[in-house]
Amino acid sequence: MDKGKLKRISSCIWEIPQEGTMRVPGYIFANNDLLTEMDDKVMQQLTNVASLPGIVKGAMAMPDAHWGYGFPIGGVAAFDPDQGGVISVGGVGYDISCGVRCHRLGLKRQRLLPKLDELMDELFRSIPAGVGSTGKIKLSASKLDDVLRNGALWAIDKGYGTKDELEYIEERGRIKDADPSKVSKLAKDRQKKQIGTLGSGNHYLEVQYVEKIYDKECASAFGLEEDDVVVSIHCGSRALGHQIGTDYLQILGAAAKKYAIPIRERELVCAPIKSPEGSDYMKAVACGINCALANRQVLGHLARLAVQRVIPSAEFELIYDVSHNTCKVEKHEVGGKMRKLFVHRKGATRAFGPGHRELPKKYKHVGQPIFIGGTMGTCSYILAGTESGEELAWGSACHGAGRSMSRRAALKRWKGKGVINALRKQGIILKAASLRGAAEEAPDAYKDVRKVVEVTHEAGLAKKVALLKPLAVIKG
Amino acid sequence: MGQKEMANLKSGWETFDHIADIGIRGIGTTLEEAFENGARALFSLMVEDLSLVRPVHKKEVNCSSYDLTGLFVAWINSLIALADIEQMLFSSFSVTIDDHTLSGLAQGERWTRAIHQLGIEVKGATFTEAKVEFQDGVWIAQCVVDV
Repeated sequence: MDKGKLKRISSCIWEIPQEGTMRVPGYIFANNDLLTEMDDKVMQQLTNVASLPGIVKGAMAMPDAHWGYGFPIGGVAAFDPDQGGVISVGGVGYDISCGVRCHRLGLKRQRLLPKLDELMDELFRSIPAGVGSTGKIKLSASKLDDVLRNGALWAIDKGYGTKDELEYIEERGRIKDADPSKVSKLAKDRQKKQIGTLGSGNHYLEVQYVEKIYDKECASAFGLEEDDVVVSIHCGSRALGHQIGTDYLQILGAAAKKYAIPIRERELVCAPIKSPEGSDYMKAVACGINCALANRQVLGHLARLAVQRVIPSAEFELIYDVSHNTCKVEKHEVGGKMRKLFVHRKGATRAFGPGHRELPKKYKHVGQPIFIGGTMGTCSYILAGTESGEELAWGSACHGAGRSMSRRAALKRWKGKGVINALRKQGIILKAASLRGAAEEAPDAYKDVRKVVEVTHEAGLAKKVALLKPLAVIKG
Repeated sequence: MGQKEMANLKSGWETFDHIADIGIRGIGTTLEEAFENGARALFSLMVEDLSLVRPVHKKEVNCSSYDLTGLFVAWINSLIALADIEQMLFSSFSVTIDDHTLSGLAQGERWTRAIHQLGIEVKGATFTEAKVEFQDGVWIAQCVVDV
């Protein structure tokens, strides 16, 4: 990125000064290295976001930011409905409420290793993954509406998990104000067979162990010690979320014209929060969020059953489930006053600090768990939200490593079987529904997640709690 | 005709780079042919060998938009939705375009893991790098798809 236009605020914060159509400045959380690697489109897209009506304080980019759809991936922005604030399709993303959940198994790596091959066979049989995979759950239109209204609560009512898990899911597993009548029939038809499926792309189920603890107090609250085994699941709202995005791109496109909001990029279409179109989209997004929460809950339970078939004594306790593609109504302090804001996080994880009322009782003193997926060959992280993160970026943190190489380039460089064999040599089992997918997701096609997490920690957006190393992965 | 380099290409399809996802491009001597080839580029992502997808079943696709770029994105999105709902892969396409309205046929068969080595799931078409244009005597229709 060309740093010429940027003003350095601190070692990890850069400002895009307010100029032209911008209503607020832009802020990029990065050190010199990450900023140099970051594409110029991030600055351009942040400038566009900073020009939207009703934006408060600034348009922000997390350390893993890259070129996205309307918003940069890693983009965060809050809008005030009382000041003409808008809701934007680009700020939520296509895979609404894509996120990560992580479970602790209550056993050490050494105890798992002799059973790992058997476990992965069982998990691969149990978790539908890849193109055209369908789950065992087939829903009628009215039953799907129940999913969209009730989220993870629906899944638990159907026997996929237990009620005590709800406390450890964002929004207690169900966001209010979801209105299935605001979701198209096409979106619902696409989703009827997809509840409880992993999908493909960068989605995964990963068996990991804790290699290092950075913060003993937080790790203890999250129930983790070194060498503990965890299972993480990265997935979203599947076809339903994408179809909601596609449908509302048209609807908000027309609305932007109607309300005379200049649109600088086709996927940055938006409508005033207080307009009928904006209100409808928010209700549809809530359906997408509930769909994703239900989907991850079902997947988590299927994984639990598979794990306990192989290792009957294993626990499978949910540490937390949190999304990184959402728009949420939240209260934040601005200039000494609490204001109700619509916070968009596109490829950015909600990261509330200690004391926040949304947090489960067990985590109230340490902050919210945040899961940062790296690559299947390197590492992932557990972080915790901080008070400074709430001040800096509405309680938001990074969400992953971000690609350094396109999928086509990865496909030219690696073969799926080669990636599987190379990981095997490192002691990591990869079960892939598609060899093409395995090649595209090769670890070296991603940036170094460690740099992203170091900057997130140093900037104060969140703090490091634990380093996770992969043992085995399922990819769609 | 399948994937070819852009140079001297009059008809065919290819994919192109995007940092996180992937671009699809159809090229043809007519607008319709570019749309049909764009669809082949799409399904080349979902299955390793498109030639193994037999045109056994025929499905109608109708869509419209307010410009040609929007129409191409709508066409690709319609095919993705159809593939999802019908659990099918498509390999043969024919479209007619009247102003900004498309009527088309897609032919293919149900996904069968024994026959089709599956590629990657495509969730939807986007407006990123999307364009439909007549350039150097050929039509090009393209967009980035979210995978």
